[in-house]
Amino acid sequence: MSEESAPFSSVDINNENRDDEDLFASAVQEVSLDPEVNGVRDGLDKVSLVDAQVTTTSSIGSPIMEEIVTERANNIIVTVTEPQKIGEGMSSYVAYRVITKTNMPIFSKHDFAVLRRFSDFLGLHEKLTEKYLRSGRIIPPAPEKSIVGTTKLKMASTPSTESANGNSGSSSLQSQFVERRRAALERFLNRVAQHPVLCIDPDFREFLESDTELPKATSTSALSGAGMLRLFNKVGETVNKITYRMDESDPWFEERIARVESLEAGLRRLCGACEALATERRELAARSHEAARSIAAAAAADPHAPLSRALSHLSDLHEKIEHLRVEQSNTDFYVLTEHIKDYLGLISAIKDVFHERVKVFQNWQHAEMQLNKRRENKAKAELANRPEKIEQASNEIIEWESKVERSHNEFDTISRVIKKELERWEEIRVTEMRATILRYLEEHMKHQAQSVRYWDAFLPEARAIK
Amino acid sequence: MMDCVEETTNDPLTAPISSPSSGDSAIEKKKPSENVSLADNSLLVDISDALSEKEKVKFTVHTKTTLPEFQKSEFLVVRQHEEFVWLHDRYEENEEYAGYIIPPAPPRPDFDASREKLQRLGEGEGALTREEFLKMKEELEDEYLATFKKTVAMHEVFLQRLAAHPVFRKDAHLRVFLEYEHDLCAKPRGKMDLIGGLVRSMTTTTDEIYLGATVRDVNDFFEQETSFLQEYYSHLKEAVTKVDRMTAKHKDVADAHIKLSSCITQLATREQPPTERFLTRAADTFDKCRKIEGRMASDQDLKLADTLRYYMRDTHAAKAVLVRRLRCLAAYEAANRNLERARAKNKDVHAAEQAQSEACARFEQLSARAREELIDFRSRRVGAFKKSLIELAELEIKHARAQQELFRKSLQMLKECQ
Repeated sequence: MSEESAPFSSVDINNENRDDEDLFASAVQEVSLDPEVNGVRDGLDKVSLVDAQVTTTSSIGSPIMEEIVTERANNIIVTVTEPQKIGEGMSSYVAYRVITKTNMPIFSKHDFAVLRRFSDFLGLHEKLTEKYLRSGRIIPPAPEKSIVGTTKLKMASTPSTESANGNSGSSSLQSQFVERRRAALERFLNRVAQHPVLCIDPDFREFLESDTELPKATSTSALSGAGMLRLFNKVGETVNKITYRMDESDPWFEERIARVESLEAGLRRLCGACEALATERRELAARSHEAARSIAAAAAADPHAPLSRALSHLSDLHEKIEHLRVEQSNTDFYVLTEHIKDYLGLISAIKDVFHERVKVFQNWQHAEMQLNKRRENKAKAELANRPEKIEQASNEIIEWESKVERSHNEFDTISRVIKKELERWEEIRVTEMRATILRYLEEHMKHQAQSVRYWDAFLPEARAIK
Repeated sequence: MMDCVEETTNDPLTAPISSPSSGDSAIEKKKPSENVSLADNSLLVDISDALSEKEKVKFTVHTKTTLPEFQKSEFLVVRQHEEFVWLHDRYEENEEYAGYIIPPAPPRPDFDASREKLQRLGEGEGALTREEFLKMKEELEDEYLATFKKTVAMHEVFLQRLAAHPVFRKDAHLRVFLEYEHDLCAKPRGKMDLIGGLVRSMTTTTDEIYLGATVRDVNDFFEQETSFLQEYYSHLKEAVTKVDRMTAKHKDVADAHIKLSSCITQLATREQPPTERFLTRAADTFDKCRKIEGRMASDQDLKLADTLRYYMRDTHAAKAVLVRRLRCLAAYEAANRNLERARAKNKDVHAAEQAQSEACARFEQLSARAREELIDFRSRRVGAFKKSLIELAELEIKHARAQQELFRKSLQMLKECQ
C-alpha cells in the first residue's frame, strides 16, 4: 500500500498533493506557529503550576484551570462600528470600522482603528482555521455569508458611503441585517482576541493594526471556485465523519463528546422555541396595529365627544403597544435567539476540533498498521533468508517507528490542547449564558415598565369620560 | 373530561386565578345603570349553576321575588340556551315592545374552539414533552373554564336586564320561563329550522332595505340615529374581530413561553449544579411570565373585546327598534292612503279614519318610546365603556407591574445565584 493512498489523506483535498512527509512537515510548521505545542509552553505551564502551589489558590484545582485564569489577563476590547456602504451596484460592499483598545505590549499602540470589509473577516477566519484547527483549537465561527442579504443590500439605491443604518422604513430590514452582521463580527473578533493563542497570531494582529488594505480574500466568496472546492471538501469530511467510528479510549472525551451532542440537541430545541416566541410576538404586534386602526375608526364614529377622545387615545395606545411588541420580539430574537444560534455555530467549531482529533488518530492507527506490516515483511524476509530484503525492511521499520511515535505524540498533543480549549470554552459558555439571560430579563423588565407608563397615561383619559 | 365541568359562578372560592376576569365582574360591568335602578329587589334572577354536557349547556335559573304574580317567592328551573333564545324571540314578536330596545339574546355557547385546540393537542402529543403537554392542557382547561363562565354570565345578564326592566319584567313569557318547571319545548334548532331562520333573516334584511328605500322619514333625530347606528355597528363589528384576533395571538405568545421554559429546564439537567440552579430559576421565571401574559390576554378579552361585543349586539338591538319604527311608519302611511281612498270613494270612511288615527297614535307612541330608549342607550353605552376602559387600564397596569416585579425579583435572585 503506497503512502499516498492512505485513507485519511484522501479526505482533505488540500492535502492531496502532499505526501506523508509533507504532513509531518506541516506538523513541524505548526510547532513554530503555535508555541503551545512545543516545549516552551509546557515550561510555562509548569511555572504557573508551581506558582499556583506556592500561592495556594486552592479553589482552582487543575493546572488547566489555573492556566485559564492567567490567560484571562488578555486586555483587549474590539468594537466594530459604522457599517458603510462603499461603491454602487453589484460591486459595492459594506465596510466596518474596527476599533481596538488594548494594553497588550504585543501591539504597537494602545488604541487604533482600521476599515475592514466583510470578506476580510472571512479571510481572517479562513487563515486562523488553516493554521490552528489542525492543532485542536476551537476557532470562533464567523458569520455566514448570505447571498440574498448582501445582494439586496447591494441593489438598494441608498446613496453610497451614507450610513447603512438609515432610519427610513424601507431600509429598516437591511439595516437590521447589517446590524446583526455587525454584532456577529464584533463577537467573532472579541472571541479571537480573548483567546490566548489566536490573539497573538500575526494575521490577527495585521487585521487589527495594518492601515493598508488587506489582500482581497477571493477564496471566501461563496460562488468562487475555492468556495466550491471547500464545499466539496466539506462533503468529503462529512462522509468520513459518518463512516469512520473511532474507538474512544479516553473516557474524558467520550463524556465530552456525548455532552456536546446533547447540548447541541437541547440548544436546537431552545432555538426553535425562541424563534417561535419572537414570531408570535411579531404577529401580535401586527394584530395590535389592526386593532388600533379599527378602534380609531370606531372612535371617529362615536358621537360622544369624551368617549370618542378616550377611544382614540386607546387607539394611540395600541399603536404604541405595537411598537413595544416589536421591540419585545426584537429582544427575543437578538438577545436570546442570536445568542443560541451563535452557540450552535461554536458547537460546530467544537465538533470540527473533535473531528480533527479523529483524523490524527486515524493517522496514528495507519502508521501503526504500516509498521506492523513492515515487521511482518521483515519476519518473512528473515524466514526466506534474504539479507537485502531484511536490510530494507529494517530501514522501513525504523522509519515507520518514528512516524508512529510522531503521530502518537501528535495525537496526545491535540487531545491535550482540546481538553484545555474545551475547559476554557465551558467556563466562558456558562458566563456568557448567564449574562445573556440576565440581559434578556433586564430588557423585558424595561419593556414592562414602558407598558406601565403607557397605561398609566391612559387611565386619566378613561376616567375623564363623562 | 372537559364536558362535565361544573361551576357555580357566584362562589368566590371556586373562582380561580384566571378569572379576576370572568363571572361576577362581567355582570357588574354590563349593566351598571340597571343595577342602580333596581333598588326594589322585587324580582331578582341569577344563574346559580350551570352544567356543560356534550352538545348543550344546562343553566339553573334561580329566582327570588316578592311580586304577587308568582306562585312562590323563590324557585329554581333548568333552562337551555335555546329557551333563552325563545324568550328573546317572544319579546321581539310582541308589538307592544316595538319601541323598546330588547336586550340582545345571549350568544350560543361555543366551546368548539377550546375543544378543537384540545384535540389538536392530543394529536400533537408526540412533539411535546410530558411536562409541556400537561401545562398546555392546563392552559386550555383554564381557557375552557373562562369561556364557560363567560357564557353563563352572558345568559345571566340577559335575564337580569329583563327582570330589572319596568315593562319587560311583567311579561307573561318571562314568568313562564322563570317559573315553569318543565321544558319549554324550545328544541335545539334542526337543519330545517336553521334554513328557516336564514330565510327569515334574509327577509328581514330585505325588508329593512325596502323600508329604508321607500319610507321617507320626516324626523331628523331618527334619521341621524339610523345612520349613526349603522355606521357604529359596522365599526364595532370590525373592532371586535380585530381585538379578538389580537387577544388570541396574545394567548399564543403566552403559550410560546411553555416551550421556552421547558427547553431551558431540559438544558439545565445537563449542567453543573450552580448552572443548573440558575437555569431552573430562569425557566421558572418564564413559566410565571407565561401565566401573567395569559391573564393579560384574558383580561383584554373580557374588558375590551367583550364590551365591544356586547355593545355591538346592543347596537343591533337598537337598530331593530328603528326598523320596527319604520315598519310602523309604513303602516301609518298605508292607513293614510287607505283613508284618502275611502274618502274618495266615500266608503267606510269612519272605519278608515279610526284605523288611521290608531296607526298615528301607535306611531307617535312608538317614536316617543324609541327616542327615550335610544337616548338611554347612548348614556348607558358611555357609562359601560367608561367603566370597562378604566378597569382595562387598571388591570393592564397591574399585570405589567406584576411582570416587571417578577423580572426584577428573578434578576436579583439570579444575580445572587452563583
